[in-house]
Parts: sequence; C-alpha cells; structure tokens
Amino acid sequence: MSSADWKNYERVLIPDIDGLEKIDVYEENGGYSAFKEVLTDKKKWEGPKSVVDEVKAANIRGRGGAGFNAGLKWSFMPPSDGGPRYLACNGDESEPGTFKDRKIFEYNPHLFIEGALIAAYAMEVTAIYVYIRGEYKVYIDMMEKAVQDAYDKGFIGENIMGSDYSVDFYVHSGAGAYICGEETSMLESLEGKRGYPRVKPPFPAQKGLWGRPTTINNIETLAHVPNVINRGADWFSSIGAENHPGPILYGISGHVNRPGVYELPTGIPVLTLINEVAGGMRNGKELKAVIPGGSSTPIVRADQLDGITMDSDSLREVGTMLGTAGMVVMDEDTDMVDMLWRISHFYHHESCGQCTPCRDGTGWLEKILLRIKNGDGEIKDLDLLLDITTQMEGRTICALADAAAWPVRHTITRFRDEFEARCKKSVHAIA
Amino acid sequence: MAYEFTEEDLQEIEKIKAKYPEVKAATLPVLWVAQNRFGHVEPDVQKLVADTLGLPQAHVHGVASFYTQYYKEKKGEHVLDVCTCLSCQLCGGYDILEHLENKLGIKAGETTEDGKFSIQEVECLGACGYAPMLQVTNDQYVNNLTPEKVDDLIETLKAGKEPEYDQIGMPLRKVK
Repeated sequence: MSSADWKNYERVLIPDIDGLEKIDVYEENGGYSAFKEVLTDKKKWEGPKSVVDEVKAANIRGRGGAGFNAGLKWSFMPPSDGGPRYLACNGDESEPGTFKDRKIFEYNPHLFIEGALIAAYAMEVTAIYVYIRGEYKVYIDMMEKAVQDAYDKGFIGENIMGSDYSVDFYVHSGAGAYICGEETSMLESLEGKRGYPRVKPPFPAQKGLWGRPTTINNIETLAHVPNVINRGADWFSSIGAENHPGPILYGISGHVNRPGVYELPTGIPVLTLINEVAGGMRNGKELKAVIPGGSSTPIVRADQLDGITMDSDSLREVGTMLGTAGMVVMDEDTDMVDMLWRISHFYHHESCGQCTPCRDGTGWLEKILLRIKNGDGEIKDLDLLLDITTQMEGRTICALADAAAWPVRHTITRFRDEFEARCKKSVHAIA
Repeated sequence: MAYEFTEEDLQEIEKIKAKYPEVKAATLPVLWVAQNRFGHVEPDVQKLVADTLGLPQAHVHGVASFYTQYYKEKKGEHVLDVCTCLSCQLCGGYDILEHLENKLGIKAGETTEDGKFSIQEVECLGACGYAPMLQVTNDQYVNNLTPEKVDDLIETLKAGKEPEYDQIGMPLRKVK
C-alpha cells in the first residue's frame, strides 16, 4: 500500500487484538505458524538460506537507526562450524525520542520472539539473547514470562516441533547506559563488562559474543520477520516508501496534541504525522522544528519540511536521517540554545570515555553551550563549537561522537541567529 | 558490615550462571540480585558479588561504576529518577524536578533526612511520548506528570504503597 493511503492502513506489528500478548491468543491468530512453516515445510523452505534470501528481498531496513538491510546482514554470518553462534536482540532503546520497542514487548512479544526464532534458524544460531535496558523492568518481566511460555509450548528448546533444530532464548537486563545500544558495546555488556564499544573489524559476524559469530538486530526489525515469511517479501516491499519499505513504528513526542507510538507505512509526510496523526500542535502554536529520528539525527526547520516524507531518501534532501523514527516536535516557543545544551549534556553523560575526541569533545560542547545559555558566550564560541564537531566526527571507535556532533552542527547552522542573540557582542574597538 | 546472600539468592545466581558460557557474564544480573537484596551495591556488596562469582573485585567495581542504575552508595527508600532529557525538557521536566525538590526540601542527588526519598536527575528513560515522567526506584514509570500528580505520588509512597503500572495503549485504534 502507498503511504498516501495511510488512513486505511491495518496494523500488523501491533494489531488491534485484545490479549495478543498471551501466547494462546497469539497462536489463535496464526502465531508461530511462520516459524513452524520454515522448520517443517521443506518444499517451500529448502533450508536456512532460503529464509535469508526471502528476508533480504523484503529489504527490512534495520529499525534501530542504521537502516541496514536485515537479510543482507544475516548473510554475513560465516558457514556453521558446529560451534556456538548467537543472535543478540537489541532492546536497549535509549536514544532520546525513541520509545517504540517497549510497545512490542508489551503488546505483541511473541511476534518478536517468533521473528527472532526464524532469524536464529536462518543463521543456524544456537542461542538468542535479548538485551533490554534495565529501566524497562516492567517489560523485562513481561518478556521473561513470554519466553518461558514459548519454552513451555515447545517453540524454544530442543528439537523444536519435531525438527532437528534446537535453540535457547535468554532475557538479559541492562543497568543504565545509553552506549549499550551500540552493537559491540551491547556484546561487551552481555559478557558482563563495562559497555566499551569494540574496534571493528573484526565484525560481530566473525567475532561477536565470546568470540563466536553473532548478529545483532533491533527488536522491531525482528518483529517484521514473521509477516515477511507469511505474506512474502513482495508484500513487505510494496508498503510505504520504495527504498525504505514496510510498516514502521513512529514515536512522536514533544509539542503535539497526541504524542505516542503509531504504526503506519514508512514514507508518511512529516507534516501529516504532526498535523493529522498526532493531532496537530499543542495549544495551537506554530511548528518550529523537528528532530525526525532520535536526538542524534539533524534537526530540520519547519520551513524545510514541505513535501518531506519519513524515509531515508526524502530526509536526506534536508540533510537528516530516519534514525529510529522517534520524532521530536518543537513549537515556536522552544529555546534552541537550551534544547541543544540539554542534548549535549546527554551525550557528555553517556560517552563511555574510551576515545579522547568523544570523552573530551562531548564535555567541551556541553561546557561551551552552557556558557552561551547563561549569556556568557561570545560569537566566536559558535565557530569554536562547529570546529570541535569536525574534530570529533569519524575519529572514534563508535558513532557516539558523531551522534553528539551532528545536533550541535546542524542546530547552530540552522538556527544561528538565535545562538548569536544569546552571545555577548564580541566587538572590540580598534581605535 | 558483612553482607551475605540468602539460600534463595544463591539458587537464583546458579540459574543466572547457567544462561551464559562464561561466569563473568553473570556480573550484571548478580549485581541486580545484590541490589534487590541490600538496596545498594556499596563496595562491601561488590566484594560479595566478586567472591560469589569467583571474579576479581576490581572487575565487579568496574562494572558497577559504569552503569547508572546500580546505587554505589545508600539511597533513600524511594529513589525518584526524574527525566529532564530532550522530550521531557520540552514538556516541562525541569519544572517537575523543581517542584519535587521544593516539596521534599532536597536537591537532585540528595536524600531526605528521614531516609525516605532520594531524587536523581536522569537521562532519557524511553517514555518520550508521555513526558514529563519519572521512575520510582528502578521500577514503575509515572507518566504525564503535573505538580498535583507528583504530590499524589509522594502521598502514595509515604502511605507505604507502590505506584501501579501505568498502562498506555496504542493511540488511534483506527485512524479516521
């Protein structure tokens, strides 16, 4: 279905079915049939590779922010040598503005579990770990129960549904660290260490958890898999934006009347999401700016948004990204200096401290922005900030430094007048 | 003070260890077991975790100090984690924090004299659509806060009750 027809969209990730979080209700509604089919229907699914190919053809672009084709990622796993292989499911969900995967944990956990099981089968994985941020204690408890129910029903464990495939499934709680959403940091955390991102290569597919082949996928990404198996890659890729297809969970927060998580096709115009889906601007205010997909994605001014849709191609036209589709909406009264300082404070707090450009750079950004916020900054500080961002980007082990640098660069360049107005006039008499 | 795990804790720890090929991976979950038992993971508790798992205390300290949810010092009975990050800031998170600080007579990072409440200012908790919000002692989220809602929460906690799970559905079942 096209994005324009979004009003008739029927939800498939989190459909309107009461009690779907219960395994019995999930099964009554066709749950676990996709997993059963790939395990037992050897005519349709000749083996794990046929599943990888189908998912690759669907072009499920990773919903955790990077937007990489999930099936292609799966195909990077080396052939099995009979030893352990892992799937690590990323439910760390810590990027400011992002609050979507918790809806899957709460309302359709078995869809995610089934998707993870199909992914595990496709990659000949021997154990699945789902890493959930520690703050989501309520959802961790829900997931523990859902996984236990799936074990009890025989969907997880030894010789699943009479096949020769066996896999284990474990829930692992984080303990408060944004960086653990970075995939190699998450592996370190799963191994019981400080969440320091790893130098790549080697990539996780070669050396991941405990040195073994590992793939990391976002929760929502995996939740799309059963529908792709049931309805086919063509169905998935026909929904929404051509190069970034499928249903997606939009998280809308900030100054709108109806903030929340909405499941719709990709490629919906940004202004439609704000004005129609999320009920328009709060208190009848004017729209000022939008951060489209989590705090690290560059901010866009309201006057740049005409015709821009929520998919990577369209957002690239205005120099930003889809990220996690966690959209933060700001009205005319928003103080851009305060807002940017708060984002920089976040990245400074969350920098793991391994790499100097990030450990020091994030601190410098925050300090200088605080100075400007307090009215003690000078206009040359703005150029100093921009210079620091270029010294941080691309010079560190992981992308946190980039994530800290982008909002600073783009907010200053796109709202420079507001920043200058807060600075002291640095004009010195020359005579 | 000497800390000890109960028999029940030790059984749980054995179950945790069985989930991973290496014992080190049990560090985070066993720190959780310890914090749930003792209310914090002060250095003596870190030592207990290290000894129980047969790991160096330095390793356990390194992990405990990396993650914000572990209390490296004693906290109040109720720890109120107020989010002021992006969406919460936009929707009045700092006003909520200030209201709470005035109400309890302490600043973020402090604990009331009677040991009942601690306030912490925290980073994004993943409830951006329900801002401003706070989390009570690493457990329930209290969403869409107003000063009145904060007052009610404090009364609830003072009365020895825990806040109930605040379920938020998917809005717009069918978009019209």
